[in-house]
Amino acid sequence: MLRFLVRRSLGALVILLIISMVTFALFFAIPADPARLYCGKVCSPENLVLIKHSMGLDQSVPMQYWNWLSGIFVGHTYPGGDVPHCDAPCFGWSFVKKDMVLDTLMDRFPTTLSLTVGSAVVFLIFGIGTGMLAAHKQGKAADKIASAASLVATSMQIYVAGPLALWALVYSTDLLDLPTYVPITEDPIGWFTGLLVPWIVLSLIWTANYTRMTRSSMVEQLTEDYVRTARAKGMSGTSVFMRYAWRGAMGTIVTVFGIDLGVLLGGAIITESTFGLHGLGELAIRSFIDSDLSMLVGVTMVAATFIVIFNIVVDAVYALIDPRIRLA
Amino acid sequence: MTTQAKPEEAAAGGGSSTAFLSVRDLSVRFSTEDGVVRAVDNLSFDVEPGTTLGIVGESGSGKSVTNLAILGLHNPEKTDITGSIKLAGQELVGASTKELEKLRGKTMSMIFQDPLTALSPFHTIGKQIGETFRKHTGASKKEARDRAIEMLTKVGIPQPNVRVDDYPHQFSGGMRQRAMIAMSLVCNPKLVIADEPTTALDVTVQAQILDLLKDLQQEMGTAIILITHDLGVVANTAQKIMVMYAGRAVERGTVREVLKTPQHPYTWGLLSSMPNLSGPVDVPLRPVRGTPPSLINLPSGCPFNPRCDFREKVVGGGCTSERPALLPEAGHATACHLTAAQKQDIFIDQIQPRLG
Repeated sequence: MLRFLVRRSLGALVILLIISMVTFALFFAIPADPARLYCGKVCSPENLVLIKHSMGLDQSVPMQYWNWLSGIFVGHTYPGGDVPHCDAPCFGWSFVKKDMVLDTLMDRFPTTLSLTVGSAVVFLIFGIGTGMLAAHKQGKAADKIASAASLVATSMQIYVAGPLALWALVYSTDLLDLPTYVPITEDPIGWFTGLLVPWIVLSLIWTANYTRMTRSSMVEQLTEDYVRTARAKGMSGTSVFMRYAWRGAMGTIVTVFGIDLGVLLGGAIITESTFGLHGLGELAIRSFIDSDLSMLVGVTMVAATFIVIFNIVVDAVYALIDPRIRLA
Repeated sequence: MTTQAKPEEAAAGGGSSTAFLSVRDLSVRFSTEDGVVRAVDNLSFDVEPGTTLGIVGESGSGKSVTNLAILGLHNPEKTDITGSIKLAGQELVGASTKELEKLRGKTMSMIFQDPLTALSPFHTIGKQIGETFRKHTGASKKEARDRAIEMLTKVGIPQPNVRVDDYPHQFSGGMRQRAMIAMSLVCNPKLVIADEPTTALDVTVQAQILDLLKDLQQEMGTAIILITHDLGVVANTAQKIMVMYAGRAVERGTVREVLKTPQHPYTWGLLSSMPNLSGPVDVPLRPVRGTPPSLINLPSGCPFNPRCDFREKVVGGGCTSERPALLPEAGHATACHLTAAQKQDIFIDQIQPRLG
């Protein structure tokens, strides 16, 4: 297991390195000039050169990449003098936000984390629960209702369900608060009520997803030969359902959940935009619009890191569930 | 279902008092989108303690369905089971799930065809064997483990106290089937149903597994139902044979009767389609022509008639109009419209030379 983790972590570093290079390269492929944007509408050529120099844009692309990469380990001092020294680990300075990239990321992350964890707890419990129930009552009314409801909810998109929920729960009824993020350390109740509407909407859609997935993999597992063997041994219905079928279905669910979690933690762009929450997703889209290179690379790296990490976690957990999988 | 069959049941019960398992007029029907599948139709047979009944037939002849019905493993919502299955006098048709769960694994157990898929990949061999033991005897985990080791020793697994903690994928095919047998015998069941237990194995391992089953039967006095489409396997292990076709028994008798003097055209076909080791090599095999009938839409009369070479011999075309009964009631019986003399003549003139 340890060998596996070490080997995969090294592999993950290589993947992240490649992702950072590609992100850099892609950014220079698009026809945007951050220096010109920063300089403003009335921009004298001398000023532009000065700005280019202070942003480091007068250097070659590989050199800029090297500055960025080495900054992570040793920090970076921008030329020009009007930008504070960036201590290691330095992910760059955002000329648009006029702030350290890392600080901004750290500032935004709790919103995304709260949003993700809060809804994940709900959709895991209800999604798996409803899915198991549907599989247990396969073909009966409970199954049909659960399947139909989850199909409808899965088909909904955040940008449809979100405004609908806002209208129904906030604007027209005043039942709940308008979504905001208050750190849990400052005001736990405010944190909870502020995120309640996004949680409800996210959970609804994701619960539907997990219901469908759990049901289908349970139904599949229940037709397996070894489930029949368990029944032929005289095992009770519950024990067959939990010890055998659920054990088999768990692999699929863990795999999908791990990947979903990685994606969600990297920032839910549409959800955050819909509810006006300032998380990583909203930051990503804003940085893209503003051509904020250093911020964009930062957000991309955070998202990529989560996905890579959770992939490793999924593989490790899968090996714990299924003894046929050997980690090497 | 119970009221109409009462007198017959009593008669049958009286006639086969020694039978441990007694199946009478068993019918199993599945409702599907295409129609009702009559997987088993009016089947009756007995199995005595300490003996082996071989059930032979093509795929889809109802062998496995019959035996899953005995264990009560069909989905009750999609299956309609009528008739009577008595295990040591206890009626199993219509028995509650609770009652069946108590019997499964303890009084009757099953050895499945493919031990790789039939054993859970998520649990160790020892857990899977011990679990059955714990469920039926209330033994502790330690006792169950010891029992599992004991059973693994019995079925000839080397280093059983180490292998008990292995997962099925760490076993070879033959060892998996041994483990499967150990699992089904862990509570000393009185009836073991072996559903093609050697199909997935190579020939040498097949022989070992069959010997193992025979030894264990002698030791414990178990009644065995051996489902197979391999006539060679039956010849060596069973005392009685039932040949099934389209969900019905077409021939029944002792191994000697059925294999040496078969009387049903389908049995003739099965035996002729087997290669003969001592015969000339250039004689082609004679498969039974045609394909098994759809169980949704059975041919009228004798279900075998479209594939039968001898139906013109039956006077009045009874083959297509009337379903033959399995006669006589006891002993070597066939379900065929040919007269006893005709069967005898055809067998001696045409079939026996082929079998060599």
